Amino acid sequence: MSVPFILFFICAAVAVLGAVLLIVAREPVHSALAVILVMMALAVLYLLLGAEFIAAVQVIVYAGAVMVLFVFVIMLLNAGVEVRTNYSKIAKYVGVPLGFFLLLEVAHWMWRSAIGTTVANGVGAVNSNAVDTAELSKLLFRDYLFPFEVTSILVLIAIVGALVLAKRDE
Amino acid sequence: MNVVPISYYLVLSAVLFGLGVVGFVFKRNIITIYMAIEVMLNAVNLAFVAFARAHNQLDGLVFVFFVIVVAAAEAAVGLAIVITIAHNRRTLNVEDVNLLKF
Repeated sequence: MSVPFILFFICAAVAVLGAVLLIVAREPVHSALAVILVMMALAVLYLLLGAEFIAAVQVIVYAGAVMVLFVFVIMLLNAGVEVRTNYSKIAKYVGVPLGFFLLLEVAHWMWRSAIGTTVANGVGAVNSNAVDTAELSKLLFRDYLFPFEVTSILVLIAIVGALVLAKRDE
Repeated sequence: MNVVPISYYLVLSAVLFGLGVVGFVFKRNIITIYMAIEVMLNAVNLAFVAFARAHNQLDGLVFVFFVIVVAAAEAAVGLAIVITIAHNRRTLNVEDVNLLKF
């Protein structure tokens, strides 16, 4: 067991734990903290994969901005304990096993497929390139310039839309 | 062999996506359902980064960037909708917002 392996398994366990906590927690604030746990674990995994820029964006935009927005809305609406409703018997006794079966099957075929033999060149690899972010910016601002500009319009529309929706008409 | 195979990352991505779907289906609070969607988007991002690294193509990382931007815009608009619903219906439980339900 080398260091990347141990780090991967720790982060994977934390991420899965956070996702499970999101489901079992009854307070929305606890769910939000669990999601932040998932995002931080994934940021470490991105670092492990050698994607430093994506890891930084993950922490700043996702764990920072988006989750702060969520927590603000939870506080604003004073969201309390979630009401448990009685699920149907079919959902409990058929849906849950079928969901687990689907999960196992997806994992199994990903494991079996040819891509499983490929090795991810991250930290600890021989050709771990340190100019990752510079290459990424070249790609983003040259080859993907038009989608990048379209995204700015999308964000502008989102801002205007959020303002119009949240405005309380008296 | 000193590095983690890509299949490990993909299996983790599949597990996280499945847990996100379970949360999306089982949770009853609108805000928590949005969080489950965010977990699903994060799982997809992990698959993108793993594939980009395995094929030594940086295009996957650009897609992750776009996914993050769209997710942030989606969260802003979605939470505005949540606030509007909470003001109009006085509830956050999705089972009480069933005007369009057949």
